[in-house]
Amino acid sequence: MSKTIIDKLWDRHIVVEEENKPDLLYIDLHLIHEVTSPQAFAGLREKNRTVRRPDLCFATMDHNIPTVDRFNIKDETSRLQVQTLEKNCEEFGIQLEGLNSEQQGIVHVIGPELGLTLPGKTIVCGDSHTSTHGAFGALSFGIGTSEVEHVLATQTLWQNKPKQMNVKIEGELGFGVTAKDVILWFIAKYGTNVGTGYIIEFSGSTVRNFSMEERMTLCNMSIEAGAKASVVSPDEVTFSYISGKRYAPKNQEFLESCKRWSELASDENARFDQRIEIDASEIEPMVTWGTTPSMCLPISGMIPAEENSSSIEEKQSLRNALHYMGFRGHEQIEDISVQHVFIGSCTNSRLSDLIQASKVVEGRKVHPEVRAIVVPGSQTVKKEAEILGLHQIFLDAGFEWRESGCSMCLGMNDDIVPEGERCASTSNRNFAGRQGKGARTHLVSPIMAAAAALKGKFTDVRSILPKTEQEVDHYAGV
Amino acid sequence: MPGFKTHSGSAAVLDRNHVDTDQIIPKQFLKKIDKAGYGEYLFFDWRYHSDGTENKDFELNSKETKEATILVTGKNFGCGSSREHAPWALKDYGFQVIIAESFADIFFNNCVKNGILPIRLSKGEIQNLQSENSETLIRTLRVDLEKQLVESETGEVFHFEFDPYWKKMLLNGWDEISVTLQQEALIKKYEDERIVN
Repeated sequence: MSKTIIDKLWDRHIVVEEENKPDLLYIDLHLIHEVTSPQAFAGLREKNRTVRRPDLCFATMDHNIPTVDRFNIKDETSRLQVQTLEKNCEEFGIQLEGLNSEQQGIVHVIGPELGLTLPGKTIVCGDSHTSTHGAFGALSFGIGTSEVEHVLATQTLWQNKPKQMNVKIEGELGFGVTAKDVILWFIAKYGTNVGTGYIIEFSGSTVRNFSMEERMTLCNMSIEAGAKASVVSPDEVTFSYISGKRYAPKNQEFLESCKRWSELASDENARFDQRIEIDASEIEPMVTWGTTPSMCLPISGMIPAEENSSSIEEKQSLRNALHYMGFRGHEQIEDISVQHVFIGSCTNSRLSDLIQASKVVEGRKVHPEVRAIVVPGSQTVKKEAEILGLHQIFLDAGFEWRESGCSMCLGMNDDIVPEGERCASTSNRNFAGRQGKGARTHLVSPIMAAAAALKGKFTDVRSILPKTEQEVDHYAGV
Repeated sequence: MPGFKTHSGSAAVLDRNHVDTDQIIPKQFLKKIDKAGYGEYLFFDWRYHSDGTENKDFELNSKETKEATILVTGKNFGCGSSREHAPWALKDYGFQVIIAESFADIFFNNCVKNGILPIRLSKGEIQNLQSENSETLIRTLRVDLEKQLVESETGEVFHFEFDPYWKKMLLNGWDEISVTLQQEALIKKYEDERIVN
């Protein structure tokens, strides 16, 4: 029988399969961070339980930590949470890449770059953006703290198999259009709950032509479409990314793994519960204007007004969003000025994101009324960027160059946007209060964020980007 | 955890869609290392003004809705972050049942694991639960997990779907890890026989 990659990943991890019961799935990699784990470890201790497979767990600290003067965590509760993770990892024998590690970084950035994230694995983490790792052809999803405890104790999870959706993206992306715009466009068109109850497989020529970092951006935000998880079938792009990574298989073992991983791709005629087809050429650089990721328009767009809404329900949610965001309706996206720019987060803080943004910024200056920060996703990304001299390009332009962490994506550290001010952010959620109480978040791609930093307002990055043939290719993500 | 069989109580109506977990509990309250005491931070930015005074206009701030033990709301409740602090806050505040048109997946699971019963009803059914007297309060609802029924104050009865396995777990209040550890031999067998990756 033809199988999808999702069927194959699922079937290979079933430990117990009984009627009228969820399947008990084995978990190959458990990523851990400081915010959603302390209560899980406490639960183990309370019941006198151990961690079944500490060798399959891997921890880092990312949510709470400062991005300047990083060893000096001023907030007492943040410090306690970080120290608690250190203590827990020591007590239970779990590898921790802490603040003093050269491998520290956002958990969804370092998993892939260390070669822990591999095709065919089941990967969980107490963080919704665990969807990111699906880019490698892994079955990867976010869990709550009770499930974190369950995985620590048993290395398994009871799961009902979700429905399956194929999202096929075909064609070439336009100049200045990125993977971030693709996922924002998808959510704008199909809504924040189109994926609820589903695992999505992203396929099609556009996805095939994406680099691994672009695939990660795409899968990262599938949770914003409500999906349980998303996957991309592994291919040569995947294998070449993995090759040589610290914990990835090496030599003969790597070649054998690649052969097995190649078999994961969905079979022809495999059955999906739903199929969506997207023409990549329709997509433009996108900007969110409201308080959910689906409230999103092309840069040329105009914000809707209450009178445009078709139902009372829609009118109410529109009214709330417009009020929170400080709009009346009918504003042009290109007229919105921003006071903050954040380039970072598990969505867009990898080396290629920083390279692309730096090309927009190079030789130019940040608008005098904008505070702009770059927060590399990991210490490794930071180091590699510095070798390329990117930090100097950003610093010369007036950006701040920070240490790695989740930072302004959710403002659990000091990196928050003040009430009433606007931020062009490369992160993944524009919920009310996400970047600070009363903060107004606009989600964009790294190059659109860079363009907004220069102009002090949203601007079509295509009018700034150099248009040499080589660079056109680069920005199209080929 | 005590089992969940039936529950009767008044319901607060939060007539909104896509209520995300950042609204249920904002990030500044995620820094504790225990599970207790999150109720005071529930819907914090909606319940309180910036100066710390109570927002009288918020649905849950009326004298009557403050007693509610059931929350009735719209589509895609609990979307966003996986933070289990959201159900911890709802439970600590006093909610034992949440009735919504739909839930985000991770949030739904997190509720079940904390003994909160998440019930999906259609928009029409939810409207039928509500009385004409108040937009924000339903005086009495009766919920029966065994029979998978919600009964309105006028005696109207609505059936809801619920996964049989999680129903059994909730009804009995079983500790999931203890249940799974009974499969220890099969987990070990899987580990011994599997091909890595």
